[in-house]
Parts: sequence; C-alpha cells; structure tokens
Amino acid sequence: MGSITLQALYPQLLIGLINGAAYALLSLGLSIIFGLLNVINFAHGALYMLGAFVTWGLLHYAGIPYWGALILAPLAVGAVGVVLERTLLHRLYRLDPLYNLLLTFGVALILQGLFQMKFGSSGEPYDIPAQLAASRDVGFMMLPVYRGWVLIVSLVVCLTTWYVTERTRLGSYLRAATENPGLVQAFGINVPRMITVTYGLGVAIAGLAGVLAAPTVNVSPEMGSELIIVVFAVVVIGGMGSIMGSIVTGFALGLVEGMTKVFYPPASNTVVFALMALVLLIRPAGLFGKAP
Amino acid sequence: MLRDLANRSMIVTLCAAALCAAACKKADNAAGGGSAASGGSGGATAASAGGGDKVVIGVMTDMSGPYADLAGKGSEVAARMAVEDFGGKVAGLPIEVIAADHQNKPDIGSSLAREWYDTKGVDVIVDVPTSSVALAIAEITRTKNKVFLVSGAGTSDLTGKACSPNTIHWTYDTWALSNAAGREIIKNGGDTWFFLTVDYAFGAALERDASKVVEQMGGKVLGDVKHPLNAQDFSSFLLQAQASKAKIIGLANAGKDTINSIKQAAEFGIMSKGQKMAGLLTFITDVNALGLPAAQGLILSESFYWDRDDGTRAWSKKFAAKHDGEMPTMVQAGVYSAVTHYLKALAELKSAKDGKAVVDKMKALPVDDALFGKGTIDPNGRNRHSMYVYEVKKPEESKAKWDYYKLIREVPADQAFRAPADSECPMLTK
Repeated sequence: MGSITLQALYPQLLIGLINGAAYALLSLGLSIIFGLLNVINFAHGALYMLGAFVTWGLLHYAGIPYWGALILAPLAVGAVGVVLERTLLHRLYRLDPLYNLLLTFGVALILQGLFQMKFGSSGEPYDIPAQLAASRDVGFMMLPVYRGWVLIVSLVVCLTTWYVTERTRLGSYLRAATENPGLVQAFGINVPRMITVTYGLGVAIAGLAGVLAAPTVNVSPEMGSELIIVVFAVVVIGGMGSIMGSIVTGFALGLVEGMTKVFYPPASNTVVFALMALVLLIRPAGLFGKAP
Repeated sequence: MLRDLANRSMIVTLCAAALCAAACKKADNAAGGGSAASGGSGGATAASAGGGDKVVIGVMTDMSGPYADLAGKGSEVAARMAVEDFGGKVAGLPIEVIAADHQNKPDIGSSLAREWYDTKGVDVIVDVPTSSVALAIAEITRTKNKVFLVSGAGTSDLTGKACSPNTIHWTYDTWALSNAAGREIIKNGGDTWFFLTVDYAFGAALERDASKVVEQMGGKVLGDVKHPLNAQDFSSFLLQAQASKAKIIGLANAGKDTINSIKQAAEFGIMSKGQKMAGLLTFITDVNALGLPAAQGLILSESFYWDRDDGTRAWSKKFAAKHDGEMPTMVQAGVYSAVTHYLKALAELKSAKDGKAVVDKMKALPVDDALFGKGTIDPNGRNRHSMYVYEVKKPEESKAKWDYYKLIREVPADQAFRAPADSECPMLTK
C-alpha cells in the first residue's frame, strides 16, 4: 500500500460513513434504553438479527417485499421488545443493573441459539430490492444505490429521534423521567408505560437496522453478536445515554474504521477498542457524556 | 452524584462485559482454521477401557458453529448411513455411532477425545472440521493408538509436518484446493491475482499455497489485503481489490467471510466489470446460502458434488431424505466414504484394537466407492482421489434447488494432491 491517492480515499470515506450509519442506529437505540431504563441491553444485537430474519421471513413465507418489511419488521421487533420488557426486564429494575445485563445477555444467547437450530449457521440470502439494485456514478466511484439509501434512511431516523427527544414535549417527559422518575410520576405521567414504549422504540430501531442490513450481509443467526461489541464501544466512546453522542460517534467511528481499512486493514476491527480505551482514560464519561 | 457513580460503575461493568464477550469470540475464532495447536498431554492413561465386544465410531464435529452446515449433523447422518449400508455389524461385532460437538475449540476437542478413548471405548474418531482441533486430536489418537479419519479439516499439515501413522486425511486439503482451482484459472488466462485473505494462520496458509501455484504457472500476484475474521463489511477491501485491476480475486477465507465477500462483490458489480472471483475454500452450502444471483460465475474446487454421476446422485438423494432435504457437502460424503473403508479394513482384520494396524490395512486396500471413485492412500495418510474444478451456474441454467455447479475439469488423482515426497512428513524420512 504505497501511494494512496485522494481519489482512492474518497470511496473509502463514503463507505466508512455508510457503515457508521449502522453503528449510529444501533447505538442510538442502546442509548435511549440506557438513558431511561438504566438497562444495558445486551439483547440488542439479537434483536437486530431478528429484524433481518423477519425481513427475510416476510418475503420467503408471505411474499411481502422489502418495502413492506421496512415498516413491519421494526414493528414486530418492537412488539417483541414490549413483551420482553413487560414480562422480564421490569421485574429486575429494583436490583443492580448487572442483573438486567445478564438477563438480556441470556435472552440474546437463546434467540441466537434458536435461530441457529432452525436456519443453520450459514444463513439465508436476501436480494437488494430491484428499485435500488443499480449503481450510480458519484464522481469518484460507482456507488451502489442501496448503500446510499441506507445512509439516507439512517440519517433521517437518527435526526428524527434526536429531535423528538430534545425538542418536543414527549421528549421532555422522557428526559425528565430519566432524571427523576418519582417526580415525573407525581405529575401524573405514567412512567412505567413510558418505559415500556421507550424500550419498544429502542429495539424497533435495532430491528430497522436489521432490515437495512439484510440485503448487504447474509441473514445469519450470528450477525448481531458480531456487531454488538463494536456498538457497545461506540456507546462508551460517545457517552452512555447521550443521544447526539451516539449518533455522532457512530458515524465518526465508521469513518475511522474506513480509514484503517485503507492504511492497515488487519487493525480495522480493533481500532474502535483502542479508541475506547483512550477516551476512557481522558474522558471517562465519554466524549458527549456529562462529566461527573 | 449517586447516579454519576452508578454511571461510572456501569461503564466499567460494560467494558468488562464487552471485553469478555470479545475474548470469548476470539477463542471461538482462533479455532477457525489451520493454526497449529498442540494436543497437550495431561493425564494420559495407558489402556483403553472399552471392551472388545463392539466397534464404536465417534463423530466429532461442529454442531452449532460456523461449520455446522457443511459438517455437523450431516456428518453424523453420513456415518450412520455408512454403518447401516455395511449391515450394522463388522466381523461379528455390533457397530455403535456416537457424536459430539467440539465447538471449534482445541481444548474441548482434546478432552472429549481423551474421554472417548479412555472411557467410552471409541475406536475411531471421524470428521473434525477446524484444523486446530484436528491437529490436537491427531496427536492424542497417535498416543492412544486409535484411528483418526479426517474429513472436515483442511490443513495439509495433517499429512505433512504433523503426519501420523494413525491418521488418514480423506476428503480434501488446502494444497489440493488451491492447486486444482489455481491451475485451471491461470490456464484460462487468469494470470494476475489479488488475494482477499482472512487474517490468521489458516488464511495465510491458503494464500501461500495458492500464490505458489500462481507463480509456478507464470502468473503474478499483484497484492493482497488481510481482513479481520468475521468482518461484516467487505466493501473497503473489495474496492482495493478492484483498484488492483487483477483479473482474479482469490478468496483465502472461509465460511461467512467468503459468503459476505462474494455477496458484496456482486453488489459492487465487481464480477460484471470483468474481474472473476475464485473461492479457495467454498462449499456447496456456502453457494446455497448465497443464492445463485450472487454466486454465479464463481470458480471453486471440490472433491465431491452430489450431481456428478448416477452413483453420487443415488447416494445423495438417500442422504437428503435423512437430512431435511439438504444435499451432502464433500465433507459429509467424505465421512461416509471413510467410515465405509474403515469397516472394510476391520472386516479383514477382525479387530479394531490396534489403530496403527487398522490404518495400515486401510492403506493396503484399494479405495473404491460410488462417491469418490477409485483411490489410494499415500504412506503419509493422504487419501488420493480426483478433484474437480467447478463454475457456479447462472440462475437461468439451474433447473432445481442444489443444481449449482458446471464441471470445468477433473484433476486426476495423481495430480490432485501433493506428492508424499514433498510433504515434509517426518514419518517418511525415517
């Protein structure tokens, strides 16, 4: 890898940004959930995988194409999340957060195991929808249209979520409940229900990320567990519970990873953790977290 | 204040958990290929505890990990079919088949092997995908004087530096794969290569073997990119491969990495712009998982394809009926063929007691079955048979599910595998 021209670098940066979109979506959901529930949702990766499998299943069993799955799969995953929260998670809020970490980790392993039993380890193919299958010349590279679509959808979802939590009344309840649930409850707001909905929303976003990923990676039971570790690092770097933090960090780490793939590819899956260690040393609360 | 404290401890916990999970994955993955691992030798007991009143075949495989589809349950099915077709008895002794999951970890595989040999009366271990586990078990099998029939593992070291009088490597190896596909591709004009290589010992070995073939044949290796194991996104690497302008992109990786590199290469239109992909270790289950639209045009080598002739078709249909309609991979067919040949040797020897004697007998008997045709077993334990170079069909050429390959060329047995003299097997120089 002697000379790397700018011409060769631009495509890598764009690709990095697109990969960052997936990190941003997943860490966003994690952040929302952690912010309100104080739960480290280890099942997030498995629910992302579930989103991809629902997408595949909708087409395979019911003939519902990608566009339908884009709505239905996040709803389905969100519903699973609501059930999970109502039946399991909420029993453990009073205990140390570690218990919910273990619980969600267990749920993730079970989900993954079940899918492995049913679908095997190599996964199922899912084609890019015909409308998005072409490539477009963006000046410095031929960009598959689908990748551009992923970038746009992720940006829209991230910014909408940020707007709702930071700039609307609903969002202000949410933030208030994060600070002091007892007080918010006293004002007549149904905090337990808000918690349930928030969890459902957080995992629905993971489900959406799964839908977006289905056409680009093979839909396989382990796709979530491979990604989730990086995403946790993103959350830590961005600052636990900071929504803008996870969005910006998600995209930024995608870029950093993309650059690493050009200059020293074997390090591309460790660079994120090196950064995490560095950030923890300098700013233990994360780049966007409030310093204690 | 309290919350901040909670936050802090949470971050620490989270990091610990993430690192822990990462470490667990690493352990899984390190086992994925050909890295050498010693067997270790804690607590080896001398004699077998198993009685001589039955023959026990132990199928040790990956039941739930990345190789579960290409070996796994299907390997157990194949072993049971072999026993059934042999009549369920050999030399008057009943035959029992047991199976277990080694989880692709050499330590688990090793302790399982010891337990099987010492307390379960196992006479032979078959399959064992994942080279590092296979290398460990080869060593244990040798010290216990049992028999080890390898079908799933790929490293050619099993008949090279780590060869053993108790091992037979049945189905394929890294040398044979890169030799068969590599030669064919270069002969057809694919003389410039770029490797997409998974970054650990197995990938390096595969790239090394394939590069040798390319250079021997007068081709040129223009470069390579090493990607981490279980990468999600290959587009960066593929863009580098594209920029190299090499005619052939050689995939020195396996399993899901291969699947995702091919899938994303299709997305980026790499094949449609004239570069070709060569899968150095691609199984039919990978092609099945990819689907033909993404996999078409891929060149790969296999030692067995279910639709090759009447014999393979008949057996494969029987197999599929017992295995959820899935057609056999070469690994699973290899298990059947190896167990059958093992039982033939026992029928002549009348005893499974002395592992080395059984292997010698297997080497002496000519191999001949419907699945791999005629073959011989080299003194270093390499089962020598034909290899086949295939191209994956276009979707419109495929008439049914599993109708995936077009034969390009048969590599005859005498050229398909490394000559024993070149294998660096210490057994031969003694």
